[in-house]
Amino acid sequence: MSLLEVRNLTKDYGEVRALTDVSFSVDAGEFVSVIGPSGSGKTTLIRCINRLIDATSGTVNYDDEDMLKLGGRDLRHARAKLGMIFQHYNLVYRLSVIENVLHGRLGYKSDIQGILGLYSEEEKEKALETLDLLGLSEMVYRRCDQLSGGQKQRVGIARALIQDPKLILCDEPISSLDPSSSKIIMDYLKKIQTELGITIFVNLHQVDVAKRYSERILGFNSGRLVYDGPPDGLDRVQIEEIYGTEAGELIIE
Amino acid sequence: MTPDKYFRRQKFVLTAVLVGMVLITLFAGDITRFDTADAFTAVPRVVRWSFRNFIPDEQAVSRLPRILSRLLDTIYMSVMASMIAAILAFPMALLGSRTTRVAGWLAGAARGFASVFRNIPIAAWALILILAFGTSDFTGFLALFFATFGFLSRAFMETIDEASASSVEALRAAGASYTQTVSQAVIPGSMPQMLSWMLYMIETNIRSATLVGILTGTGIGFQFDIYMKSLQYRSAAMIAICLIVTVLVIETISNALRRVIL
Ligand SMILES: Nc1ncnc2c1ncn2[C@@H]1O[C@H](COP(=O)(O)OP(=O)(O)O)[C@@H](O)[C@H]1O
Ligand SMILES: [Mg+2]
Repeated sequence: MSLLEVRNLTKDYGEVRALTDVSFSVDAGEFVSVIGPSGSGKTTLIRCINRLIDATSGTVNYDDEDMLKLGGRDLRHARAKLGMIFQHYNLVYRLSVIENVLHGRLGYKSDIQGILGLYSEEEKEKALETLDLLGLSEMVYRRCDQLSGGQKQRVGIARALIQDPKLILCDEPISSLDPSSSKIIMDYLKKIQTELGITIFVNLHQVDVAKRYSERILGFNSGRLVYDGPPDGLDRVQIEEIYGTEAGELIIE
Repeated sequence: MTPDKYFRRQKFVLTAVLVGMVLITLFAGDITRFDTADAFTAVPRVVRWSFRNFIPDEQAVSRLPRILSRLLDTIYMSVMASMIAAILAFPMALLGSRTTRVAGWLAGAARGFASVFRNIPIAAWALILILAFGTSDFTGFLALFFATFGFLSRAFMETIDEASASSVEALRAAGASYTQTVSQAVIPGSMPQMLSWMLYMIETNIRSATLVGILTGTGIGFQFDIYMKSLQYRSAAMIAICLIVTVLVIETISNALRRVIL
């Protein structure tokens, strides 16, 4: 049984069909990249998986749970096991690094513990370890609005990691970063996959990055899955099918 | 469209707007018999008259204790109205904001409610409430409170959407509950901006309280009204001066607070 299984997923925003009958599955431990031009449905796909938006039809099975059927407490628990990293980091910038990291534990806590911010010693310990792993041990009590983009994204990764997820969804994690911070972030994601065994599912719009880091690539065009295979299977014809003829030429060069 | 054509059109639009405004002004002046030239030549006369009649005299100064006590009441009322309105506007804003709404219909209702409160001018509130509660301090307080509540509800909704939308989404994705999200993302993210709005309303309310006081027969506005009607302009001027100083002081304090919290 695969860790994530998406079947016949379709999403309509009113008149606009953002995803059309998408099916694929992801095994535990894989590094999967999703590529496609903007507007091809990458963000919509990720958000349908963790239910930030509701799919129109289809099924999403994650870790033996039927995600689209869950509600209330069960949905919270399923989300807790599923990390997410955002293009714009989505931190609470007025809070310190460690407070933001600990937010990753909220899915496991009771309302009252969460409201009061009561975290166990163990959780705080884990937060420090995770920050250390991501090279942020100097920044623990710094307010997040004082960090650089790359550092903010690492806080985002730490917040996802402390959830103890089996899979981390990443929506264009490097699109707001310069090349060197981008490389640092991608290297960390790779390290998380190889050393911690966490599955990585990442939307990218840089084909070269996707090819370098992933074991499998999903290519989308106008909401349809048009490629599902290894990076070296992506030839000119495939690239053109994903990005259109003219863009394809530019990307191959 | 060529750039030339584009810029020519831009200029044309600008010119048309200007001409339109001048025409409307002339037309409005005509029906209200407002004479622009007359208005401008009146300025020196007004200034001279004011200086002769509005310099506080000894009697005005001797009334200072009473004026200050009324002023203190007014300040107290404005601060209370603003703070209570802010506390109640927060849940209203949670319901109405796009980020934290719990149901679409409830959000629509909250927005509509806030909008009604906000769009009734404070003087209208005062007059309506006089019918219900007569002329009393409570009426003045309620008028300030209702108008502030409407304004702050709307301002808080926008603040929440601007300051917390992205982090709220992240917390929801991590499995946080509604109340956890509000206390861990919305409050820390939006509170400083919301406090700033509240300070702004305290300043505004001290100014409005004067008008409300005239209408409801309370506080500093009532005192001002009495002096004006009994032609004691110098004492009225004393009140005006005190008000100006108070507003300046409050503004300075709240700017200092803003620097700390923002
Ligand atoms: N909230 C929304 N309302 C309406 N249409 C949307 C919304 N979000 C995305 N879309 C549309 O859905 C399609 C897919 O968008 P998205 O998933 O953001 O693509 P990508 O992440 O690949 O750029 C686009 O046509 C976009 O305009
Ligand atoms: Mg996107």
